[in-house]
Amino acid sequence: MLKKELGLALLILLIGGVTALINPQFISQVNLLNLANQIGLFGLFALGEGFVIITSGIDLSIGSMLALLGVIFLDLLVNHDMGWPLALLITVAGGGILGFIHGTLITRLKLQPFVVTLCGLLLYRGIARWYTQDSTQGFGYATDYDKLEWLMSGRTFDVPHTFIFLLIVAAILSVVLHKSMFGRYLFAVGKNEEAARYSGIPTARIITVAYLLAGLLTGLSSMFFVFYTQSVSPSAHGNFYELYAIAAAVLGGCSLRGGEGSIVGIVLGMVLLQVLQNLVNILGIPSSLNFAVMGAVILLGVIADRELQRRRQHRIAQVTAEVRALARQSAGAPA
Amino acid sequence: MTAPLARSEHIMSDSFLELRSIAKTYPGVIALDGVSLSLGRGEVLGLIGENGAGKSTMMKILGGVVAPTSGSIIIDGVEHAQLTVSQATAAGIAFVHQELNLFENLDVAANVLIGREPGWGGFLRLVDEKTLHARVKPLLNRLGVDFGPSDMVENLSIAQKQMVEIAKALSLDARVIIMDEPTSSLTLTETDRLLEVIADFQRHGVATIYISHRLGEVKTCCDRAVVLRDGRVVGGLAKEELTHAAMARMMIGRDLKSLYLPPRAPPNSTGLVVSDLITDAFPDRTVTLSVRRGEILGLAGLIGSGRTSVAQTIFGAQPALGGSLTLDGAACSATSPRDAIEKGIYLIPEDRKRTGLILDFPIAHNISLADLQNYCEGALIVGEREQQAAETQRRALKIKTPSVETAAVTLSGGNQQKVVLGKWLSMRPNVLIFDEPTRGIDVGAKGEIYEIMRTLADSGVAILMISSDMEEVIGVSDRIAVMHEGRISGFLERDAFSEHNVLMLAVGHEIHEETAAHA
Repeated sequence: MLKKELGLALLILLIGGVTALINPQFISQVNLLNLANQIGLFGLFALGEGFVIITSGIDLSIGSMLALLGVIFLDLLVNHDMGWPLALLITVAGGGILGFIHGTLITRLKLQPFVVTLCGLLLYRGIARWYTQDSTQGFGYATDYDKLEWLMSGRTFDVPHTFIFLLIVAAILSVVLHKSMFGRYLFAVGKNEEAARYSGIPTARIITVAYLLAGLLTGLSSMFFVFYTQSVSPSAHGNFYELYAIAAAVLGGCSLRGGEGSIVGIVLGMVLLQVLQNLVNILGIPSSLNFAVMGAVILLGVIADRELQRRRQHRIAQVTAEVRALARQSAGAPA
Repeated sequence: MTAPLARSEHIMSDSFLELRSIAKTYPGVIALDGVSLSLGRGEVLGLIGENGAGKSTMMKILGGVVAPTSGSIIIDGVEHAQLTVSQATAAGIAFVHQELNLFENLDVAANVLIGREPGWGGFLRLVDEKTLHARVKPLLNRLGVDFGPSDMVENLSIAQKQMVEIAKALSLDARVIIMDEPTSSLTLTETDRLLEVIADFQRHGVATIYISHRLGEVKTCCDRAVVLRDGRVVGGLAKEELTHAAMARMMIGRDLKSLYLPPRAPPNSTGLVVSDLITDAFPDRTVTLSVRRGEILGLAGLIGSGRTSVAQTIFGAQPALGGSLTLDGAACSATSPRDAIEKGIYLIPEDRKRTGLILDFPIAHNISLADLQNYCEGALIVGEREQQAAETQRRALKIKTPSVETAAVTLSGGNQQKVVLGKWLSMRPNVLIFDEPTRGIDVGAKGEIYEIMRTLADSGVAILMISSDMEEVIGVSDRIAVMHEGRISGFLERDAFSEHNVLMLAVGHEIHEETAAHA
């Protein structure tokens, strides 16, 4: 299964190498660290999206949630003079609560994930704009959050904290997804919810927790973004970000049918996306083509993956035939 | 082979549809073995036989869905080696399926003329709703139904939906309508109405092939009946010969190989007791039965008699609408499979690909799935423990696979079933419910599974086995409960086991004391 991730890493190296040959600026320290920052920022919520996609669901509300939670965080900090630890806690918990509501609506009322989170997308954006009267929120005269700012947007040995944080979270989630019971159940539910239920797995709880996790990670992300952009414009902040997350997950080997994916894959998927964005700048391609480049590469990636899939199916068919032939032989012997 | 069909000269001369020595073999299975029959205009032919006798295969061949391996189909004197769906339709062969094939989201008229909508607007190909409804109206009138062409199908009852299917058949100028268990979900009045419609067809020269387990209906509405057994026509009965006894005699009557392994000790008195259980499928019926530890209780009955619902309800996969369950005297009602599993009540489901296994998972992960906390150190799964447990089951159950890391999807049916079993056996079962344990499994693996069942029973497990395979029910069970339309129609002790007795109970007949004792 690691083949997919390896292929993706090679593709990133190839694209990166070619870009560096054309413009060595690409591998300058400044650019690479800048890239790492972007990867850290976007990777965090993409991991949450990955968990949801593995349950064969989807979360479309991430971008709007980033805006709403960002607005709330700034409001608590600036207008309510709240200490940053409490503001942080409330923001993360807020994300968790929204995710929990998504999960509950999907599992208890049997609503479709697409619909539930689409409504979330519209709702949260609307509320964020209404609450701020559509005006951009900034830090103003607030002080006393230097520590948090350093944590969220600082650098240690020149490495952006966003990137370090992503690596830490990815490492933890990797263990959760690939080694824990919850992770195993997640794959089981995503592959075959009925069979999982018949094996005594609390499928509704597992799915709800996946959405909750996505909400928590979005809550965390929202603060990283606030410190990155230094202000939140409620109508534009985080627009389309859920699509970046979905794209990264799909590039990284998650199937939208559920039951497949890995943390390494999702992180690499986001690396590729950010490399593509960066390359548009570095190579002087008109930045208006940004989305087009991303779309084209994802499409090619998916087509290539389809081809690999087909070969694997073929391989499975071969193994099936071998296994059954073996079974027949050994069945025939004693009889 | 030629079958002694009871048919009159009159029908012979009038026959427009004939099957001649039709055979159909699947790898390892002979579904039909030289079946011949003919059908005259306006004739009502009953087609009866046990589950798996070959009725469905025959109908699929007539409908052009399945091609026969040999033999020919003669329509209006023209011989065909096989039919395509469109040929069958053109010949006037229409189906009313057991599971209705209607578009619930469309109205009656749209369903009746689906794919043949009158159009207008040239290349825009708009649907002419007015003509559509006008064309369907007289068909509905002819059937005397109480709904109109604009009613939505989703709002209709099952009986009404069936009438829509029949209207569809009529709109295709059907000359023969094949009905597969048409009354299995109908009330008595609805059944009478259907039989009237069939009689009306008869007067208008439309023939009917009436497939049913309900011998009473066959007797009432059919001109004659053909009996299938093990893929062969075993005989025909003319109208005046259609009696219950005669039909039942023909449906059974083969020697069953003895598969029976006697229990090592008499069963315990305790075990699973099901009292007045009400399932979703038959809300107005109750089921009471008990399975003792150490015994295999066979649950026989025709398809649709509610056996699977009983199993699913005991396992908590379907809600119980009433009744109680006890295990060794303690309440054990389950509201979810998780509940039932905690109490050691496990189900080996009928559809192992959909509910028994996660096909893409390796064998080892399938086996550990229901009991994962026991494979964990802290919160993390220990892969080695999974491997060991899977290896143990692989040896104990003789699962034929190169490795326990192999995906379950690559295994044969029998070995897949063993993986499902392995999942539960690693967890000390109290009650095991097998739903069609050997469906789609080759003969060799069947014997192994029966042996495993007996070993488990001997070790004190209470086993409930649902089976539609008569040989299996009689060969494997220590006691048989038979279901008919959602209730238990009778229990049979070993000395009363016979295909005749099981079948009589399955079609809803009481067995008289002397018959039971006699058999």
